[in-house]
Formats: sequence, structure tokens, C-alpha cells
Amino acid sequence: MKKASILSMASALVLSVAPAMAQKTASQGIDEYRAMLADGNPSELFEAKGEDLWKKVRGPKNASLEKCDLGQGPGVLKGVFTTLPRYFADTQRMQDLESRLVTCMENLQGFSANEISNTPYGRGEMANVTALATWVASESKGLKFNLSQAHQQEKTFYEVGKRLFFQRGGPHDFSCASCHGEEGKRIRLQDLPVLTKNPGDGLGFAAWPAYRVSNGQMWSMQLRLNDCYRQQRFPYPGFASEATIALATYLGVNAKGAVSIAPAIKR
Amino acid sequence: MADPMRIRAQAAGDKATVRVLMSHEMESGQRKDAAGKTVPAWFIQEVTASLNGKPVLAAEWGPAVSKNPFLQFAVKGAKAGDKIAVTWKDNKGDTRTDEATVS
Repeated sequence: MKKASILSMASALVLSVAPAMAQKTASQGIDEYRAMLADGNPSELFEAKGEDLWKKVRGPKNASLEKCDLGQGPGVLKGVFTTLPRYFADTQRMQDLESRLVTCMENLQGFSANEISNTPYGRGEMANVTALATWVASESKGLKFNLSQAHQQEKTFYEVGKRLFFQRGGPHDFSCASCHGEEGKRIRLQDLPVLTKNPGDGLGFAAWPAYRVSNGQMWSMQLRLNDCYRQQRFPYPGFASEATIALATYLGVNAKGAVSIAPAIKR
Repeated sequence: MADPMRIRAQAAGDKATVRVLMSHEMESGQRKDAAGKTVPAWFIQEVTASLNGKPVLAAEWGPAVSKNPFLQFAVKGAKAGDKIAVTWKDNKGDTRTDEATVS
């Protein structure tokens, strides 16, 4: 009698559990977890820090960055992130958001661009550049990517970026395209966007800078690209190197029409 | 000086939902640095919240709470215009208070 009741209880349990399990797949569960994380995205703390740094009088020249020209005129923040990298006539080169911020920090505030570029990520003035980039990117949240391809340099950098994207090498004979060249690829549980075309809103180029929950760090696009090279077992191309800016140009132009969600949150 | 918190408080019905994002290292004391030395513990121990100066929440935290912690709670009877203040104190004695208005 006792046995029978336990058995019937067990079957009742199985019956009640089975439909609940069928309702949710693993990836839906992960999406739910990510949505919960996004509600309290700590990148907001870096936005606040960046906003403060933008307005604060700092550096050997005792100036703020409020007159910094990020491509749409001095002090214009809204909509600049979704048009970078681009060609700048005053420096006569292609620049992304971070290298442009460093130029402003040198010209307006008197910091040494070289010194900042050689500082490890997350330290000293480099941490400030990341916070500033987070703040500037947040001002273009919800806007669509639309990079210029008018200047010859912009076209050249796109072509160079494309070649770098497909260039295989290193001990694993890897290229960017090995992971980001076709649909349905992933690393562990992270789906990898296809970056040879517009991967969709808030994916790939439109998601960085992002806060990484696993290590509690704010990652800028420069760090993202440099770390991709580390994962391929290449040497670092270096902060604001022409290679990373060419790749960013290629990814940015491909992302035309994608809505920026930066600063995003990652695993 | 600790970095500021981000506090959002939104009233709905007879209660308000408060979301707090704190900027803190929350070092557990279990990790070792590159030289093999233990990184000293440094974490928030006490969290308190008040509505118009009247305490509504008191919590004791430990080293298991994540870096840059996020806290969400509901306050009964809070209306738009009320003031919510949140204070944390860490094991080094450092403290930070920030205030937000319920919207």
C-alpha cells in the first residue's frame, strides 16, 4: 500500500515537472538571466564617471574636454559614437572614439598621448579614457550606425580592415572570420555574431563598450579588438593602432543601420 | 572618497521600487595577487535605507556579494516626491550616502 502511494506520488511529480521543463530552452533561460542583469548594468557607474571626467578641469593645461571635437563639432556628443571611426582633417588620420578622446586629452588638457596609449587597460588615465568612451557612447544609445565612406582614407581603411578580418595566421591558423564569418557559431554559451554583414541591432560592433560581469571590468572596443587578437594567439596590435582602427572601420561600416545599445552588459 | 551610487526609485500603487547600484571593489579576501600575496578583504558590511529620514531597511553584507553590487527592494507607502537615502559602510570604515527622489 505504502509502496503504491509513493509510486503514484512519483508519477505525479514527473507529470507536473515535464511540461514545465519543455517550456523553456537553455538559451531562453540565459536570455532571461541577461535581461535581469541589464536592469542594474554597472556600466552606469562608468557613464557617471565619464560624464564627470568630461566636465572636470584636469591635466597640465587645467582644461575640461567640453570643447573636444569628436567629429560633429566641438562639444557635440549626441550621435558621434555611431559615426566613428572617421577621417579627421586636423590630425590627418583615421580615428576611432578612443584615439580621438586621447587626441583631445593631449591638445586640450596637455596629457601625453603616448603615455596614455602605453598604459595598461583599467589603470590610470587609460581607465579614464574607457569611462569617457562609455559616457560618449551612452549619448548615442538607440541611434543607428552610419559611418562615412566619403574620404579616400575611409575607403582604404575599410579595405584594409576587410583583409585583416580574413587574414589567417598564428599558431592556430585563425582569422576573425574563423569565428565571426558564418551563422550559428558560439564560444561556450556566447553566440557569436556574423560580422561580415549587419549582425542586427545591439550585436557585435553596436554592443561595445560593455561591462563584463565575469571579471567586473568595463571593456572598450579597443580592448575588445586587442583581446580578439590575443584569443587568436597573435601579439597585441596595440591601443589605437592602425590595424584595430581599420578593423573597427570594417565592422562599423558593415553595421550600417544597426541600433547601438552601448554600453551593454556581457557575461 | 568612494564613487557615487546610482539610485532610482519609482512609485507604483501603494509602494515604490528602489534600485541601487553601488560602486565598490567587494574584495573577498580569498584572492591572491601576482606576487602570491593575499589581497586583503574589502567589502561593504552594512547597508541601510531610509524614507524621509525614517529607517526602512538594514542589511548586513559579507564578502560573497559581487563587485559593483545591485540592490532592489520595495518600500510600502512611499509616494512620488519622497526622499530615499541609502548608506553603505565597508570593513575599512569608509562610508557613502546618496539620496534620490521617488518619481
